[in-house]
Amino acid sequence: MKVDRRDFLKLAGVGGAVFASGLYGCTTSSPKMAAQDDFMFVQLSDTHWGFQGPPNPDAKVTLPKAIQSVNALETQPDFIVFTGDLTHTTDDPHERRKRMEEFKAMIGELKVKDIRLIPGEHDASLDHGKAFQEIFGPTHYTFDHKGVHFIALDNVSDPKAFIGDEQLQWLADDLKKHSADTRIVVLAHRPLFDLAPNWDWATADGQKAIDLLMPFPHVTVFYGHIHQENHQMTGHISHHAAKSLIFPLPAPGSQPKRVPVAWDPAAPYRGLGFRNVRADAAASYPITEFPVTKA
Amino acid sequence: MAQSGERVIKVTARKFTYDPDEIVFKAGEAVVLELTSADVHMGFKCPDLGLRADIFPEKQTRIPLKVDQAGRYDFYCDVFCGDDHENMTGTIVVQA
Repeated sequence: MKVDRRDFLKLAGVGGAVFASGLYGCTTSSPKMAAQDDFMFVQLSDTHWGFQGPPNPDAKVTLPKAIQSVNALETQPDFIVFTGDLTHTTDDPHERRKRMEEFKAMIGELKVKDIRLIPGEHDASLDHGKAFQEIFGPTHYTFDHKGVHFIALDNVSDPKAFIGDEQLQWLADDLKKHSADTRIVVLAHRPLFDLAPNWDWATADGQKAIDLLMPFPHVTVFYGHIHQENHQMTGHISHHAAKSLIFPLPAPGSQPKRVPVAWDPAAPYRGLGFRNVRADAAASYPITEFPVTKA
Repeated sequence: MAQSGERVIKVTARKFTYDPDEIVFKAGEAVVLELTSADVHMGFKCPDLGLRADIFPEKQTRIPLKVDQAGRYDFYCDVFCGDDHENMTGTIVVQA
């Protein structure tokens, strides 16, 4: 059923982005493309496949439900990104690979087949990204889509949360190939800035990456890791954290310990979801947040 | 005691705690933190005191320390070591 109602939250100064809560079947969740080169992509994050525990007793069905919901979007995105922690950490290399293969099989159910993945620390920190690379490919890479240059950064294969000098040089070399007016979207798992370092919500050398990006006026970062929506600026660069598909986490620094928000059986999947991002010529990236399932 | 006379405070890190997780000494007292891991490579970071060290199994990492200002200074593991890594925290308590 199509509806007209939607809720907007406009955050002043956040790169002009407009945020909306998406309603399934809502025409406004699938706006007509304003210009030929506008497009949409979907971001999902922190699926933690393999997790078991009280914070999400429905862990085995949350991702499949989200996949159904993405497939039910009125307008399918051009591509889909997963910003890390695809699987939940395990010390067992065999179990790690099993979880990754299962995850890979499940996302094969998505209608959209252009799917871009980056690891999270749960996927990559204990083996420096070895299993991820075997099963999914490079942990950092670039791609271009309709005039936007996407850069996927790896700030997790080093367990100390460094991007590392080699990857930073790769980033610098890549940026040299692009003019200053290039629209750039960065995909990362951890925040590149110090959001809450004592909760591991930071990248040790993230400022170096931000400094490399600063000469470009049109840069937006989409990341995961913190299991909640969060929007902040570093200079003119906007950073947008995504909700998870496993359990929410408390707001940065809101309590002494970074423990999952308790599961509420009266409101399952509260605080979980995915987002639709529209890329337009103005590089403003309107975001529409969706819950895991239709209400 | 360390050879130079400072009190040695032994700290053992293991998934996912520090033992002790509250390190107590007096303001102006010279101590040596002697850190080791009982299982895997871990980290010790106390930003407010400018401390940062890697901790390894079967090795001691020694940090000489003297803090003049009484207070509580949080520390945490900054090397991802598995599930619940993010809650591996402790406090240095400097008494007046």
